[in-house]
Amino acid sequence: MNNTFTTYYKQQVEAAPLAVFRVFFGVMMLFSVIRFWSYGWIDKLYLQPSFSFSYYGFEWIQPLGIYTYGLFAVCGISALCVALGFKYRIAVILFFLSFTYIELMDKTTYLNHYYFVSCVSFMMIFLPAHRYFSVDAYRNRSLASFTVPQWTIDSLKVMLTVVYFFAGLAKLNSDWLVEAMPLKIWLPSKYDIPLLGDLMQQEWVHYAFSYGGAGYDLLIPFLLFYKRTRWFAFAVVVVFHVLTRVLFPIGIFPYVMIVSALIFFDASVHHKILAFISRLFKISKEKIDALASFSTKKSISRIAPITIAVFLCIQALVPWRYLAYPGELFWTEEGYRFSWRVMLMEKAGYAQFTVKDTQSGKQFAIDNRDFLTPFQEKQMSTQPDFILEYAHFLGTHFGSQGHKNIAVFVESYVALNGRLSQPYIDPKIDLMQVKNSFAPKDWLLPFNDKIEGL
Amino acid sequence: MKMKKYIIVTLLTLGALATYSCSDDDTVTPDEGSNPTFDRGVMLTNWADNIIIPSFTDFGTKTSALEVATQTFVDDPTTVNLESLQSSWFNAYISFQEVSLFEIGKAEEINYRIRLNAYPTNVSKIDDYIENGNINFALPSSFDAQGFPALDYLLYGLGETNEETLGFFTTHTNADSYKTLLSSVSQTIHSLTEEVITSWTGPFRDSFVANIASSANGSVDKLTNDFIYYYEKSLRAGKVGIPAGIFSNDPLPQNVEALYKGDISKELLLASIETTQNFFNGEHFDGTTAGIGFKDYLDFLNTIKEGDDLSVLINQQFNIAEEKAKTLNDNFTIQIENDNNKMLETYNELQRNVVFIKVDMLQALSIDVDYVDADGD
Repeated sequence: MNNTFTTYYKQQVEAAPLAVFRVFFGVMMLFSVIRFWSYGWIDKLYLQPSFSFSYYGFEWIQPLGIYTYGLFAVCGISALCVALGFKYRIAVILFFLSFTYIELMDKTTYLNHYYFVSCVSFMMIFLPAHRYFSVDAYRNRSLASFTVPQWTIDSLKVMLTVVYFFAGLAKLNSDWLVEAMPLKIWLPSKYDIPLLGDLMQQEWVHYAFSYGGAGYDLLIPFLLFYKRTRWFAFAVVVVFHVLTRVLFPIGIFPYVMIVSALIFFDASVHHKILAFISRLFKISKEKIDALASFSTKKSISRIAPITIAVFLCIQALVPWRYLAYPGELFWTEEGYRFSWRVMLMEKAGYAQFTVKDTQSGKQFAIDNRDFLTPFQEKQMSTQPDFILEYAHFLGTHFGSQGHKNIAVFVESYVALNGRLSQPYIDPKIDLMQVKNSFAPKDWLLPFNDKIEGL
Repeated sequence: MKMKKYIIVTLLTLGALATYSCSDDDTVTPDEGSNPTFDRGVMLTNWADNIIIPSFTDFGTKTSALEVATQTFVDDPTTVNLESLQSSWFNAYISFQEVSLFEIGKAEEINYRIRLNAYPTNVSKIDDYIENGNINFALPSSFDAQGFPALDYLLYGLGETNEETLGFFTTHTNADSYKTLLSSVSQTIHSLTEEVITSWTGPFRDSFVANIASSANGSVDKLTNDFIYYYEKSLRAGKVGIPAGIFSNDPLPQNVEALYKGDISKELLLASIETTQNFFNGEHFDGTTAGIGFKDYLDFLNTIKEGDDLSVLINQQFNIAEEKAKTLNDNFTIQIENDNNKMLETYNELQRNVVFIKVDMLQALSIDVDYVDADGD
């Protein structure tokens, strides 16, 4: 056993897959930053809101005003450096920090694929992705290497497997499989899509997509691992993600997943890709190869494999933390984020806050538009931690205006996966008296239905 | 691009054929055997041709009559002409409730609703116009000193009686300024309305109907958001909630619609409720036929979902709110000062439909509330 492990740990493979991953990841992230910037989203999502929703424990991370642009610039430039393999270690650390900081500024914008980017860039800090086909290796012969340890490439495969597999497990529930929800809500509205449009209103299509989606997520990593099904699996990856791109507004995520799936292929495929890139940019691949092949085997810090191993174990455990909470996960969202629950529910809500002066008994209702952007309001009204944070913001805001003995109540309704809306938060609870914590939220009203499944 | 156009044309043709084949019984679902589909293009056509354009056209005749009556009064300020102008104002104001909802296209561009109906009107700005004579109604700073509320003040707020009011347009030192202002306000109401009508009878109608996309820029998504915004902000909050003191420490009776005329605030509210309910049901402006609207769309989607019958719940709630509103005093200022609880009860009934429309209906239609331009996953 110990022997097998040591053999595996020492196993060297060609570095090309890791190099290709680095290049594509960097380019995608650079493109992502440019796209985000050009759509005016920095201003819209981080500068315009007068208030931002923080992650528990990360309240100190706030948008930086006009300097937020600088943060995005750092993020974009470091992504480019990662792609080039220029000052790789510093670049990837900077990228991870700046990107993660951006994501932590306002949880309104939380997306699984942003979290995925943070996870992968964290791992890349510990991976020798710059030893081949990089500026660093070109300039520093002692760094250049044709090979890297096998585990460095495998760890990325495991990360991708985690993403897909947990996304698949999460779909094994009665709403998804029995009701074909929420696709039954989403797809009919896409009827204007050329060619596929007519199908989108057919019930059997909703079921086909539901089962197809669950099957895809559960099986695809294994089909990619297995050499004989790899090309077929990759074709499915492309079709699946292009289809999701057509149907849903999910930005560059489909492309990130498509290029990430390349990591499963043999080095020969990656050499072809690198040859193509070399021709495109008039780089001499032969020279790079020659430099790399001179080098001797490189040692790698002991910290790296341990960190990656611990990180992947955490990844495998975090999605299960919802089991520690009572109540329906989709309803309470306790343990929902950071668990690869992707495109799983349609939730709409309405939250009407009332600020009350408990001494005079006077009260008034809040127009959320006075404080929140439409996007923030939408996210706030269906997620209890947002509602609590906003209530405290309102209490503090009106408290600082001279009101004393402030109590904040909310009358809220939430509709989940096509069910009729029902009251969400206990309207009699003064939210100013509730403290944010990881404890179960007993001020939520129970869900009047049952969703079976994992 | 050409390919895309071809596909869209084909789909539209097929859609038109499908609609034609089942138009005799006016159902959305074709006969058994073929699969049911809902064509948003048909709904948009009904909205444009049978509801929005006729509503604006009808309102246009009222604003034209208002402008004429104003001119007659300005040329010859007599009690009879004042009464005639007051009645034109009332007719147009009621009729405005039937178009105010459709703040899309040109109307949105020119801030139609707020320029015609920002209340309470800004009396000090109006007095300033009278004193200094500078009027530029196109400036946002003047939005709350024009439109129907400004006329409300000029026709009912200057004096206690019509005789007193008449004095401002005849014997007052600034009589000419009063007359000029009166004319300008009426003219602006009419000319803005003409702009909107011209836009709807021009190419805008076709682009509106053709834009069946289910994106934030699609006509259905946009008008649905406008519908909700109107119901929530103008109807529920503006006409009832704000004056009843829902959003403030104390009631604000001075914020009712038609403060100076007084006894028509209930009628304006009821007209507005009726418009929103009729629009929800897709009823033609002439009231003779029910075309395709949100109700039919929800019913169609419910055949897939087999859930609660949302269109019935929403219509029931409209009826409950309307019945409640009918119990109010004609004059909301009096209602608020004597028994504000009835106002609050009306607000609560209106509010229940906000939840049905904004949460349940939007979810069923898979439309995002407001334009949220960001990625999802």
